[in-house]
Amino acid sequence: MSAVDPTEIFRQEAEELLEQLEQALLDLEHAEDGRELVDGAFRALHTIKGSGAMFGFEQVAAFTHEFETAFDRVRKEHLAPSRELVAVALAAKDHIRALIEQAETADAAAGDAIIQELRRVTDDGGAEIDEAPAVEPVADQTGTTTWRIRFHLAQDALVTGTKPLLLLDELRSLGTCTVTGLADAVPPLEELEPEALYLGWEAILATSHPREAIDEVFMFVLDDMKLEVERLDAPPAAGPSADPAPAPSPVGEAEAAEPDLSTVPVVVPLAAPEKTRREADAGKTTNSIRVPAERLDQLMDRVGELVIVQARLSQLAASGADTALKSIAEEIERLANELRDTTMNVRMVPIGSLFGRFRRLVHDLSRDLGKQIDLVTSGEETELDKTVVERLADPLVHLIRNSIDHGIEPPSTRLAAGKPMRGQVRLEARHAGTEVLIAITDDGKGLDRDRIRAKAEEQGLLAPGLKLSDNELYQYLFHPGFSTAREVTAVSGRGVGMDVVKRLIEALRGTIDMATTPGRGTTITLRLPLTLAIIDGLLVRIGQDRYIIPLTAVEECVELSAAEDGRSAGRSFLSIRGDLVPFLRLREVLGSNSPPDPHQKVIVVSTGELRVGLVVDQVIGNHQTVIKSLSRLHADVDTFSGATILGDGSVALILDIAQAVELGHAQADRQRAS
Amino acid sequence: MSELQSTGKPIIDGPIEALTFALQGEVFAIEAGLVREILDLVPVTQVPGARPFVGGIINVRGSIVPLADLRLRFGMEPTRPTIDTRIIVIDVPLDGEACTVGLLADKVFEVTEIAASSIEETPRVGMRWQPEFIRCIGKRRDDFVIIPDIEQLFS
Repeated sequence: MSAVDPTEIFRQEAEELLEQLEQALLDLEHAEDGRELVDGAFRALHTIKGSGAMFGFEQVAAFTHEFETAFDRVRKEHLAPSRELVAVALAAKDHIRALIEQAETADAAAGDAIIQELRRVTDDGGAEIDEAPAVEPVADQTGTTTWRIRFHLAQDALVTGTKPLLLLDELRSLGTCTVTGLADAVPPLEELEPEALYLGWEAILATSHPREAIDEVFMFVLDDMKLEVERLDAPPAAGPSADPAPAPSPVGEAEAAEPDLSTVPVVVPLAAPEKTRREADAGKTTNSIRVPAERLDQLMDRVGELVIVQARLSQLAASGADTALKSIAEEIERLANELRDTTMNVRMVPIGSLFGRFRRLVHDLSRDLGKQIDLVTSGEETELDKTVVERLADPLVHLIRNSIDHGIEPPSTRLAAGKPMRGQVRLEARHAGTEVLIAITDDGKGLDRDRIRAKAEEQGLLAPGLKLSDNELYQYLFHPGFSTAREVTAVSGRGVGMDVVKRLIEALRGTIDMATTPGRGTTITLRLPLTLAIIDGLLVRIGQDRYIIPLTAVEECVELSAAEDGRSAGRSFLSIRGDLVPFLRLREVLGSNSPPDPHQKVIVVSTGELRVGLVVDQVIGNHQTVIKSLSRLHADVDTFSGATILGDGSVALILDIAQAVELGHAQADRQRAS
Repeated sequence: MSELQSTGKPIIDGPIEALTFALQGEVFAIEAGLVREILDLVPVTQVPGARPFVGGIINVRGSIVPLADLRLRFGMEPTRPTIDTRIIVIDVPLDGEACTVGLLADKVFEVTEIAASSIEETPRVGMRWQPEFIRCIGKRRDDFVIIPDIEQLFS
């Protein structure tokens, strides 16, 4: 069909299915009634087995088959999913993943052991297999029922890898079955598409299995096919002869599946109640497509360029007197903005996909550390740029590990402190303006101010006796090599990592805040921008140079009066509505030699908990800023987070407020020292 | 970048297809394969805090590209651009990844072949250009052509 490597598609699909499986298994552990979850897990397994065999992943198929067989027990016998079962099933799931990724290196002995374990765990529930659910009203428990099953698969069924023969074999395995082909939908030769499937089949099946068994045969093709199942009241022997001949009937039976076949019995709607959800899901998938991520990146790049060119057009139109040109420029501006928003939307993915991964982490960690911990998540639907979500995974893993290892106490300590035995880690995401906040909260023992302080002083990072705000003190936790853990565990305490977390978050233009109540717990809040590609900026001028200040940081702009300018020679403070705001002359920070304008402006920005004024010559206005990263040759310049291209084609640097303020302070310190 | 290292460098084994340009009265050549395009001088944005020889950035077809003035790398004074000044956009291999850079040139001549036989090792004396940045010296007609070590220049 296309040049895409089918095994790659299988890998992707399997990856998703394994994830579903894992979620289902983890849910099972707590669920009251796990039947639906078991079904979900079973479906995932069944699909992995089927497509694994189809794409030549024999080992995967074989192993999954065993897994599935064991799980089928759970399903059929409504075994209560024990903790033990979930644990071994998770191990089995990991084994499948290993098999898919690298079949050669996967440990076959380990696989066998898992299977043995699975069998053992599921065997407890007894051995009889055939138990018809009582829900089935038609099924005759003692005798057999005869069904007439007519089905037409989707026309592209053969192309997508469905094998009708397998379906028919499966039907046959249910009982006595007579199959006839239906060629009525085959078009005249000139209209015949060689790859399309026009044939349908009719099967007369005498079986002791319930109605559901038939549906199950078609479980994985049900969404695209026409299926009719009728109960024939006649005894099995009479079935075949009583039915229409297989000969192609000339009448327009192309819509043969419509319930116009006059026979009395129920024409079963495709969606039996319990199928509804599945069908809805299927509807969703057919309406979405899978696109390689780099194509989205390319699209974003193109849109970025378009926005730049559009800005040039607008500037050109505004400088002329041509009204027709102006109106076109406005139209293009509107379209470009819409296109930009749509494209950014396309790149947004819900953060829930990321949260899902942490459940396993928490599950495993609490087992390893002997703590009992629940992970509570909320705001899974919060959307973030795809790249941001991907790059958040590692820092979040680290923070959660830290919460569990350092924050939450062992059960005995918790009980002694009058807390519930089970600890809790809450993971919350929500939108706040143009930012997304992700909070990791634990109900553990909280941060130990004094110990952090002692450690910082011991490492010579902090002068003894220096006054610091809590947040400032906690920032030492992000210092390379800083760890207050008394013992080093396998999980954390080596002091490697928090500095990496900080760096990764800052690379996403995000910030980290910490708050803690001793004995009650710690909250770490990550603030992240919605997107990495485009920001709103304030274009300013200093001398001949133009810079962009991210608008999110800007609080207000005021004029620097000549009087204040002169007076502030010694101390750089500005009184804004009674508040003292320190200010920095960007001219000096950036080393510009040009003489200042007579009427300079102060842009008040907030960085962390600090309000700072930045003095510039002129505020030019708002600017849609497409962020371009600086070359690696400028990796040593951290005053700027990137650059953008202005309407006239020239380049303006985007100021990194926090870094610039830090640089300004460092300069001021040096001046004072000299 | 000790002297030992630079003298130990092998001399090129085949002829080089190279773009020749003038810088400070000397003819330089860089491998034509590295060259992306040649531009007239465009507005340059200074990057405060950057190393002086890559102190500016320019817009090359919507990408931000650093502009390098090799004069400053060789420890000479910058000069004012003239009507002949061009920007040679090249791909510099940096840690195994190509990095696009603009080079200021006083004048760009041509793409020419420099015969392997004409290539000599960098003389240790009598050069006003630091030898560690020079890969070798070639000859074009009667002139000497300096072939800089691009990787070394930007490392």
